[in-house]
Amino acid sequence: MSPDAYLLAAIAVMTAATFATRALPFLLLRRGADHPVVLFLGRYLPAAVMTLLVLYAVKDVPLRTAPYGLTHAIAIVVTAAVHIWRRNALLSIAAGTGLFIWLQRSGLLAGL
Amino acid sequence: MTPAAPDAPAHDRRRRRTAAAWATIAALPTCPTFDVPHTTHTFPAAFRATWPVLFGYVPLGLAFGVLFAQLGHPWYWATLMAVAVYAGAAQFLAVGLLAAGAGIIEIGLTTLLLNARHLFYGLSLAPRFPRGGAARWYLTFGLTDETYALLAGLPPPAPELATRFYVQITALNQAYWVAGCTLGALLGAAVTVDVQGLDFVLTALFVVLAVEQWYAVRNPRPFLTAAGCGLLALLAVGSQHMLLAALGLATLLLLLDRRSYA
Repeated sequence: MSPDAYLLAAIAVMTAATFATRALPFLLLRRGADHPVVLFLGRYLPAAVMTLLVLYAVKDVPLRTAPYGLTHAIAIVVTAAVHIWRRNALLSIAAGTGLFIWLQRSGLLAGL
Repeated sequence: MTPAAPDAPAHDRRRRRTAAAWATIAALPTCPTFDVPHTTHTFPAAFRATWPVLFGYVPLGLAFGVLFAQLGHPWYWATLMAVAVYAGAAQFLAVGLLAAGAGIIEIGLTTLLLNARHLFYGLSLAPRFPRGGAARWYLTFGLTDETYALLAGLPPPAPELATRFYVQITALNQAYWVAGCTLGALLGAAVTVDVQGLDFVLTALFVVLAVEQWYAVRNPRPFLTAAGCGLLALLAVGSQHMLLAALGLATLLLLLDRRSYA
């Protein structure tokens, strides 16, 4: 196989595999979109997924070496607090990210 | 060759009536007190909603493009990947697999496993997606973690504008990703912009959407269930497959615990 054919085949198979995982539930639920179980999942599953996505985003943060994950923890708490305070997504994300970058670059927590 | 010939005139009439109704609504003068959804301009709202994804996807796409350029392929292959595959984690993983000359089947299976978490996204969005048409296919195709989070977490400006709003969010997110990947591959090793720490925007986006979910459900159960499952999965299967395992376990527990949500 030429390098271009290999790359093209790899991209094609990745496209098919990714689309399959995203489309399968819609195909399975084609008829049952208003089934009580589906409606129940539609209401409560997003809350569980968001919680897991937060965990997933920080899963590789080292906890045993300084700053023991504190940079992330502080920035996450501040993001949530600012959001509860003003409920303005842009403000919360900007404040949290700004604080995170500042904490990381100032090296304030690195000496713990 | 119209299989549904008897229905066609009725369907046509209905469509004309809907169009006429929309024309009447669109002709109304603007009145801030009675905010009729006569404006179909959902784009500003969609752009505001995707703003954090812009700052997350562009640096992430840049990083992918720079890595991909090291394989020695022309830049447009990175663009093609961003357009056709459109899956962040899978694309990063593919760089390593392609460099190692992995088999096509291995690449396919790895992508399938890595993206299996998306199976759980469709479960909760199915009732809100359009019943058919190109929009349904595109929304399904573009359902990344971040796009799912926005679609599941944000109410559309008006119910009848939901599909348009969702498609705009999905397309904007993909545009950011394609731009980032292309730019990264073009610049290659020339990239010296210091974007370290900026990837926290995606973490912050998930935090904000989790808080929004709290206002939507006002019930600690799904959050606590998910946190428990996440920690358990981290300990049991490690960080690489944590999301898939935790999503499966949390969905199962939520369903088993359904009675306590009434």
